[in-house]
Amino acid sequence: MFAFIVRRIAQAILVMVVIGFIGFAIKQSFGDPIREITGISVSVEERNKLRDELGLNDPFLVQFGRFIKGAVHGDIGRSFFYKKSALEVILSKAPATLELVFCSALIIVLFSIPLGIYSAINPRSIFSRIIMGGSTLGVSIPVFLTAILMIYIFSVELHWLPSFGRGETINLGGWRTGLLTLDGLKHLIMPSIALSSIMLPLFIRLIRSEMMEVLQNDYIKYAWAKGLAPRRVFIVHAFKNTLLPVITVGGVQLGTMIAFTILTETVFQWQGMGFMFIEAVGRGDAPLMVAYLVVVGLIFVIVNTLVDVIYGLVNPQVRITGQK
Amino acid sequence: MKTRSRFQRFKESYFLHDFLRDPVALTSFCILVVFLILGFAAHLIAPFNPYDAMNINIMDAEIPPAWLPGGNANFLLGTDGQGRDLFSTMLYGLRVSLIIGFGAVALQAFLGILVGLIAGFLGKSVESILMRIADVQLSFSTYMVAIFISAIFQAAFGLAKYEEIAVPLLILIIGFAEWPQYARTVRASVLAEKKKEYVEAAKVIGLSKTRIMWRHILPNTLSPVFVISTIQVANAIMSEAALSFVGLGMPVTQPSLGSLINVGFEYIFSGSWWITMFPGIVLVILILVINLLGDWLRDFLNPKLYKG
Repeated sequence: MFAFIVRRIAQAILVMVVIGFIGFAIKQSFGDPIREITGISVSVEERNKLRDELGLNDPFLVQFGRFIKGAVHGDIGRSFFYKKSALEVILSKAPATLELVFCSALIIVLFSIPLGIYSAINPRSIFSRIIMGGSTLGVSIPVFLTAILMIYIFSVELHWLPSFGRGETINLGGWRTGLLTLDGLKHLIMPSIALSSIMLPLFIRLIRSEMMEVLQNDYIKYAWAKGLAPRRVFIVHAFKNTLLPVITVGGVQLGTMIAFTILTETVFQWQGMGFMFIEAVGRGDAPLMVAYLVVVGLIFVIVNTLVDVIYGLVNPQVRITGQK
Repeated sequence: MKTRSRFQRFKESYFLHDFLRDPVALTSFCILVVFLILGFAAHLIAPFNPYDAMNINIMDAEIPPAWLPGGNANFLLGTDGQGRDLFSTMLYGLRVSLIIGFGAVALQAFLGILVGLIAGFLGKSVESILMRIADVQLSFSTYMVAIFISAIFQAAFGLAKYEEIAVPLLILIIGFAEWPQYARTVRASVLAEKKKEYVEAAKVIGLSKTRIMWRHILPNTLSPVFVISTIQVANAIMSEAALSFVGLGMPVTQPSLGSLINVGFEYIFSGSWWITMFPGIVLVILILVINLLGDWLRDFLNPKLYKG
């Protein structure tokens, strides 16, 4: 087990180095930091001198080493536009995105589990058919279209909900939260529904198919034969065993979820990391783009490693096939 | 025994029989064919040419659909913010979306099948390296990869140049972002096929490795490839729409369905819902029918799976 964890962590570090390398290569090819610092009224000699001082004439690998060293210490470059450390900019935007992801995850958990279990237990009932049909339709509607549709209905026509921004936020020790004010919560409703709309069908289908598979097992038949209450059979015996694959897929889907925050935040002009990234692309702010790449890459790698390690703890088969 | 033509054999096959008996699959297929015809014959069907600036009059901007007050019978579904006939623009947009969708899937199938075959057939360290790369890329979600690559390309080429070569670029980006799906599926079936007797037989009669790989194993791995191909077309069209929506895809002058939705979004607050909604409806129906066809194909080729 220990060897498995070490191997998994080594792999995670390797992936981070590769991400860092890609990010660094992008940074090298766009924009001239000297021009950003000096402006136009500085002579060529002075520029070259500054270039030497900043180590921009060093070999590529030396500069890459310096970049990695800086990154480990939390310095991943300065945003051209904000004139601040890129990490600082991203951290100031992170709470908005995390709150959005949290609320969507909450919606997904609250709806997918009961709906999935119901449609697995009664696969032939009309309500299950509606759920399955709805989930096929749900998968086919792009997240931004759901968002636009909701904006048109609830903001433009009915004037019930605000269509953009985070509304009133409260500062909790550097974490600007919208969860504690009525206005903030109102602003949160539509974006989190839109973001969850793409994952919800997927999870309903996943829970349903896993649950149906588990229900075929002999130990379930035995539980019925023992005369246990249906509720106990379904929840304690069957559902518990469907959770493992669901959690694994859930961890992996977090990456997709973060990708979709880019779309959702763009529609609702939600001041989070995704919206910031699209703005940075529009402004050609390469350091900020690279910083976003590194931070998001780090989140993915940590989550995936954790999921793998937990899975390895629970299911020893994974550790053996993972060897080779 | 009389040899029958391919067409005859197809006519009597269980494939066609099952297909014709499934109303959902049949309807989906018909709708898809209609979309394909509408898209690829856009220049014949569309009453206006949206790419021709001479045809466009800015005074015609934001006219509602013909059946609403203020509508104009010339513009059946109304006009967009630049005064283009929405129906014509949508047909041309449908074509762009379809070309990118199918092109991207062709590219990712090519890459993925190649990698999957090599990995599955050679095994050992080649396999573990290739599959690790696929796993890592897949864990980043295809959307994320596509958004990053296109953001980098846009910064590298500049906006004007990017928009000029947007179609091949998007095929490249989406194709590159989604190949691991194929690689994994193909590798898994290659591993299963490799152990079978006919491969042993081919080895015994001394066929070369490449021949066994391409002529013997590959054809037997194709049925799962067909299933994911259908679903991947839907995914590719959706990815293209998403990229266009955040401004990393097709330009407004040569819109796809996604960029039309994006353009229309600016007008939705003034109540011009049709610029977004009609392309949106077409996009959803297109993706839905492809997904339904994919579901049917999966159930047909893999009857062990649960129906529904």
